[in-house]
Amino acid sequence: MKAFDYAAPTCEADVLELLSGEPGETEILAGGTDLVPLMKKMLATPDRVVNIMEVSSLRGVSADSQGVTIGATTTLDDLLAAPELDDYPAIKQAIEGISSMQLQAQGTIGGELCQRPRCWYFRNGYGLLADRGRLVAEGDSRYHAIFGNEGPAKFVHASRLAPALVALGAKLRIVGPTEDDEVALSIEEFFRTPRHESQREHVLSANQLLTHIILPPASGVANATYEVRHGEGPDYPLAAAAAAVRIDGGLVTGANIVLGHVAPTPWIALRAAESIFGWPINEQTARAAGEAAVADATPLKDNGYKVQLAAVAVERALLRAAGFETGGFE
Amino acid sequence: MISYNWPKYGESSVIGKEHDRIDGLDKATGAAKYTYDINLEGMLFAKMLGSPHAHCRIKSIDTAAAEKMPGVRAVKTLKEPGNEIRWQGDALAVVAADTEAAAAAALEKIKVEYEMLDVFVDDQDLEAAEEAKRTNGAGEDIHVEMEPDPDVDEDEFNVMELERQFKEAAAVVEGHYGISVITHMCLEPHGSTCVWDGDKLIAYLSTQNVSGTAAQFATPLSITAGDVTVKCDFIGGGFGSKFAADAWGVTCAQLAKETGRPVKLMLDRDQELKVAGCRPSGFIKVRIGADKDGLVTCWDSTHWGTGGPKDNGGVNKGTIPYVMVPKNYRRKQIAVMTNTGEDRAWRAPNHPQACAMSQTALDDIAAKLGLDSYEVFLKNLDNATPKKLGQSMAETYREQMKIAAKLMDWQSKWHPHGKGQAKGDVVTGLGMALHTWGGGAANSNCLVKVHPDGAVEAYLGSQDLGTGTRTVIASVIAETFGLPLSAVKVNIGSSAYPVSNPSGGSITVGSVSESSRRASQEALEGIFDKVGKKLGVEVSSLEARDGRIRVKDDKDNSLSWQEACRLLGMNPLEVTGKYEPGKTKTTLSSSQVGGVQMAEVAVDRRTGVVKMKKFVAVQDMGLVINPKTAKSQMYGAVIMGIAYSLFEERIMDRKTGAFVNAELADYKLPRLGDIGEIIVEIYQPESEYERGVVGLGEPPVISPGAAISNAVCNALGVRVPVLPLTPKRVLDALKGGKA
Repeated sequence: MKAFDYAAPTCEADVLELLSGEPGETEILAGGTDLVPLMKKMLATPDRVVNIMEVSSLRGVSADSQGVTIGATTTLDDLLAAPELDDYPAIKQAIEGISSMQLQAQGTIGGELCQRPRCWYFRNGYGLLADRGRLVAEGDSRYHAIFGNEGPAKFVHASRLAPALVALGAKLRIVGPTEDDEVALSIEEFFRTPRHESQREHVLSANQLLTHIILPPASGVANATYEVRHGEGPDYPLAAAAAAVRIDGGLVTGANIVLGHVAPTPWIALRAAESIFGWPINEQTARAAGEAAVADATPLKDNGYKVQLAAVAVERALLRAAGFETGGFE
Repeated sequence: MISYNWPKYGESSVIGKEHDRIDGLDKATGAAKYTYDINLEGMLFAKMLGSPHAHCRIKSIDTAAAEKMPGVRAVKTLKEPGNEIRWQGDALAVVAADTEAAAAAALEKIKVEYEMLDVFVDDQDLEAAEEAKRTNGAGEDIHVEMEPDPDVDEDEFNVMELERQFKEAAAVVEGHYGISVITHMCLEPHGSTCVWDGDKLIAYLSTQNVSGTAAQFATPLSITAGDVTVKCDFIGGGFGSKFAADAWGVTCAQLAKETGRPVKLMLDRDQELKVAGCRPSGFIKVRIGADKDGLVTCWDSTHWGTGGPKDNGGVNKGTIPYVMVPKNYRRKQIAVMTNTGEDRAWRAPNHPQACAMSQTALDDIAAKLGLDSYEVFLKNLDNATPKKLGQSMAETYREQMKIAAKLMDWQSKWHPHGKGQAKGDVVTGLGMALHTWGGGAANSNCLVKVHPDGAVEAYLGSQDLGTGTRTVIASVIAETFGLPLSAVKVNIGSSAYPVSNPSGGSITVGSVSESSRRASQEALEGIFDKVGKKLGVEVSSLEARDGRIRVKDDKDNSLSWQEACRLLGMNPLEVTGKYEPGKTKTTLSSSQVGGVQMAEVAVDRRTGVVKMKKFVAVQDMGLVINPKTAKSQMYGAVIMGIAYSLFEERIMDRKTGAFVNAELADYKLPRLGDIGEIIVEIYQPESEYERGVVGLGEPPVISPGAAISNAVCNALGVRVPVLPLTPKRVLDALKGGKA
């Protein structure tokens, strides 16, 4: 770990003051469950670390008729306990899937969305887009992308909550570079596939801060997350899907289906949503939606198996959202 | 002449009873100091630089810039220009600095130039290895039951006879099985803190070999072994990887000498995985033939695997086929030489792989014949080769199978391979395997001191590998003296104490039980001598029980332990008990154990995820000193077995030779939710008690691979050939693809 300055401001304005505009010069510290390991491996070498956990406006969950607002430093444990999120099982199921008490207690929702990829070439210091993607393509790609992998980026986005938040139509409040600069961004616009090593997996500038996640009301929206996990530990899923569906008279009248851990960003499965639209959710229609979700998959050398996992995840997320057994381990 | 023996069956008061570890509270509260916890006044932190490349030659190493970094006190290179590096992470240089951060920063400043060489890491694809000229024949042999006529060439006859057996077999299965390399993953990585007192070295070393490592430090440091004291009070795991001082240990001592300050060098986690030892892989192609009842009559196999760059690595062919050896067999071993870290002994070397490569094939015979796997295993016990006390262990296995089947409820749960009732996408299955291990006692000396005030101390140059060695020694001595466990103070973990063997091969419990029973029985004779005179009775009429030395037939005629010890006079009584296998005649210990294990799994056919439902492990180990720690060993071994069956593997990048998952985050291990219900059962009829103590550290880790693989095959009706059974491998097998 490189030596660094440390700051713990108590308001948003002071945070913004302390952030540099140059990528990598400053890093925002929340739960630290990702940043600290990155710093230990010298994959992040900031001159200054800005701890935002002392900023009280960034923490907590509140609900009104417009929906639910979640502060970026709210811990995963606090989200699990929040009654305001009872109508958003897709979020709670994703957090339960993380299953490490330490990560749940320490990790924050903002950090969860901004965490760096788990790609082992990246984590071993080869870079995220190493050798223009050839290192992954010719190397061991068993956990890599099956969608959106034609360019140099072949990693999968690490966030466990992103599929649910995208499916639920969350918006993000972002401030910076000054406190007067404030935008509300639709979450799917937040994630992007980096084109060069200094880019992150989201659009935040180095001197911007994600402050809140705003969820629209979930009344009438059945939603669920299904992750295919190798084991019960804190390991990342092999594939995941979140579904948010509106059902009227037994038929689907609106659906958002988002895959996780299959692409460099959360992956919106439009064809799956189209497939289920106008139908009741049952074993056949859910399976058809799963197959539609992966019709365009472009697996790499070692990860063809993930195509089936992604399809099954979609199928089971839909079944779970509709209140059925998934057919797998419950 | 003292007759060294154990109390009669059922008459012991300490041994055979469940005891908490005497150092359990210290371990649980953090009071126990592990090597990693040793921090000394003025201590420097050392960090090691490993090669980023898997195969290269060093052109130059320049440490000048590193030496000038703030806080740096010394830099030492372990490689010279011209040296060949054969695996990623191999140690190049070490920096000692005031802080860990300063040492890490200095490592970045060491400039190394490399000449890159061809990298080869693929141990599974034999054709690719042959093409790359990375294979070496490591032996082949053939055995047939029939004798050739005198005028017939024996080699030709053997080959023809083996083929004849295959032709006559009622069922022949051709299979491919395998088990990936796993690395050592001790919670406490390798390392030491070294400090000099003048010309004498004290090395606080994380080791399973306190008595044997002093000399390993001495020679390269140009001092004598007598100038070295190795200490290890508590170790955070060894499993076969920590017998040596290692280059980094010696370097740590050199840096301490050079700087005149204590130096601590513990490997980082990724270094631990890359350089501190692994278990060789094993892949096999086998043809196996059996009669209509499933008794295997012939076996023909070629297996290969890697133990790193060496040309004789992999699984020793002597262990294949495993335990049940048919009358006619041929086996061939090929070493695959890879640019990967070298192997080290890993809990029951060769056996887990041999079991996973053999008893899977046996189970496929059951599947092919449509027979219950239990019946086929039972039948093949006719071919069981292990012996204890000169007798075949087949009968032991039969008894253990009965017990295991009852605990598993095998009969009511059994369904033919692939014919179980699915619940949604989930199917369940049963599998079993069985194993053997030696575990006989090795050299051990135990010094017992009895003080005139009744205090009892024991000294052994042994170590507690985490298995409860102190508690074993205290139990044996407390039993002998008729005292409670708490009355015995056990001192182990120093090379200054009487020599005891390294803790490997499951020999520790037998070894220390031998020496401590002998020492304490002899000491007791000395005390009986004094008490006999005092009470005016024959020594042979005395017994030590319930804290008193008493006359057997006249129990009121007695002295308390303290009163008896006071008769010793001014000085403590000191006795050294000695055990040397082969020289010392004994009934206190023996060797050879057997175990039967059964697994019940559930498999999601559409995701390939395997979950453990239930696991049963039945194990004999002769006389059991402490059933509680014995069972803990079995639980631990089963969990470790589940790890390598479902999760654990070393993953190498083919192009760079990088060990890509050398981190706890990526090196997958099971968590509590992954292990299911585990039932461990000690098999100890009187005959087992009578044969004395045998070790069990290793044996229960052998069978899980085959048992779990067989259970998954029973669930799916399809063999997933290579362990660990990851979702990818399960789905690939279901699709009929290459695993």
